[in-house]
Amino acid sequence: MSPEQFVDNLISGVAQGSVYALVGLGFTIIYTVTRIINFAQGEFVMLGGVFSFLLFSSVGLPLPLALLLAVLAATVVGAVLYLLAIRPARQASVISLIIITIGASTFIRGVVGQIWGKDYMPPLPHFSGDNQWLWIIGITLVVMVALHLFFSRTMMGKALKACSINRQAASLVGIDARSMAFTSFALAAALGAIGGAVITPLTAPHFRMGLTLGLKGFVAAAVGDFRSQVGTVVGGVILGIAEAMVVVLDWGPFASAYKDVIAMLVLLLVLFFRSSRGAAQEAAS
Amino acid sequence: MLSRVRGKWSYLAIAALLLFLVIIPFKWFLGQYTVILIFIGIHTMVTVGLCLLMGYTGQISLGQAAFYGLGAYFSAVLTKTHGFNPWLAMLVAALATGGFAYAIGFPIFRLRGNYLALATLGLGIIMAVLFRELDQFTGGPTGITGIPYLSIGGFTFDSPFRRYFLVWFFCLAVLLVSQNIVRSRTGRALRAVHGSESAAESVGINVAQFKVKVFVLSAVYASLAGSLYAHHITYVNPSPFGFLFSVMVVVMAVVGGLASVWGAIFGAATVRILSDEILLRFGEWDVIVYGLILVLVMVFMPRGLFVALKEAYERWRLTHRQRGAEA
Repeated sequence: MSPEQFVDNLISGVAQGSVYALVGLGFTIIYTVTRIINFAQGEFVMLGGVFSFLLFSSVGLPLPLALLLAVLAATVVGAVLYLLAIRPARQASVISLIIITIGASTFIRGVVGQIWGKDYMPPLPHFSGDNQWLWIIGITLVVMVALHLFFSRTMMGKALKACSINRQAASLVGIDARSMAFTSFALAAALGAIGGAVITPLTAPHFRMGLTLGLKGFVAAAVGDFRSQVGTVVGGVILGIAEAMVVVLDWGPFASAYKDVIAMLVLLLVLFFRSSRGAAQEAAS
Repeated sequence: MLSRVRGKWSYLAIAALLLFLVIIPFKWFLGQYTVILIFIGIHTMVTVGLCLLMGYTGQISLGQAAFYGLGAYFSAVLTKTHGFNPWLAMLVAALATGGFAYAIGFPIFRLRGNYLALATLGLGIIMAVLFRELDQFTGGPTGITGIPYLSIGGFTFDSPFRRYFLVWFFCLAVLLVSQNIVRSRTGRALRAVHGSESAAESVGINVAQFKVKVFVLSAVYASLAGSLYAHHITYVNPSPFGFLFSVMVVVMAVVGGLASVWGAIFGAATVRILSDEILLRFGEWDVIVYGLILVLVMVFMPRGLFVALKEAYERWRLTHRQRGAEA
């Protein structure tokens, strides 16, 4: 691998990883506020991609407007998901909530496949020139700065943060936990959809793309223990780089066909590591 | 407890079910449904395992397709490539799959709730990729064809009519074994684990061991079902053993009422009939309906459709009887 190739792969890995980070941040935000792992998170990515394509190619909107509206539409889906499926099941157990979000994800995927077809849609044009990877990294950075400002400067962001630190204490000072849960679902949907929209020029939008991207987002969020936003971003970027390197190596057990296996093994390792550390902490306290 | 409010009626119900199952595949009765019933039987076996795991121990698995696929692929590879006797292959498949579940069970069941769901999901994805990519063993995306039928002596199960009885023999065996486990000391231990792990531990139940045991049992059931599938269809390819199948098993368990052994038949039958008979006529709506079922049942009847219906019936009977007494 020449140095130029290495740098190219590094950049594409970081870009791919940024998308995982965006998806993972969605998991993290919903989890910290509601203690739910939203198995439908990947579908928001898919909606971001598919809606971008439809608004741009079928409706004929200009690209920036199409992307913006696609993200908004996916955000609305996220909010509706909360109102129709999560909120009515308030007393549900962890298993019930897992099944509910899996059901919702199956439903969303099925509806998109049924209405807009099961074929791969043609990718969107690059945002400019031939440097989509840089666009992805740039947009992700902007989103992260915006998120940081949102959580540290705005009333709503601070309320969300309070809710994620201690829900009871937050409601004591007048923060409505349910409206925060609603906001977290909408915000997570928006983040996922941004990930889906920026990657559309590189991967053909497809009704089933949410599963894989959602899983990679899981891995990122698991690295951050579903709590730390920084950890999630780091996890996503590392996974992206690792995958890019595996694809280049394409050797033996690191063949590119096993890319997803490697991601899942990373997930399992992180989970086991977390659980043993958690058990050690329990024993210590 | 509802499960104990039974008596002669439950035996009558089981006898009626058996009679129904025996006459259903005959041409003069409902012969054209034999193939669907074979699948209902196979999927019931996988579902019962998940019901034991989810309903009785309160643990989730989103990777049952992995064990189902392992059973099918072991049977296919051993009989086709290595010339094993199909029965022996089935046994080896069940032992190997059970052993695999045992080996991964201890690390996996140190995880709880969401993490357990993620880990089993990851396991399912890994196996699905391996079925597709290890093509020197599995034949890759095209799979393995020409798997022999099962046979006893000179009698070969070479028609759906014959395989129907074979599959349901296994299915009922699995159901009866599960029924006995649930009603035994082990079953009570499992429910204790579901209720509170610490409380169960404090009365001397080895929680980790019980979870793994049930996990292994569910894997063996799924493996047997996979072997039967391979010897029924006579070819295997990766697509039936993906994430969607794991979700479908969850749907069947949820419809069947999680903590209900016999409900598994109801769940598998409902989902299969819905997919193969009803929804097929309207295009591929089954996935959408699965999703809706999962959400609606979990929001409104978290203990499963079958249990909800059973309880509604008990309530109706109770009020009916009261009214009768008043009059």
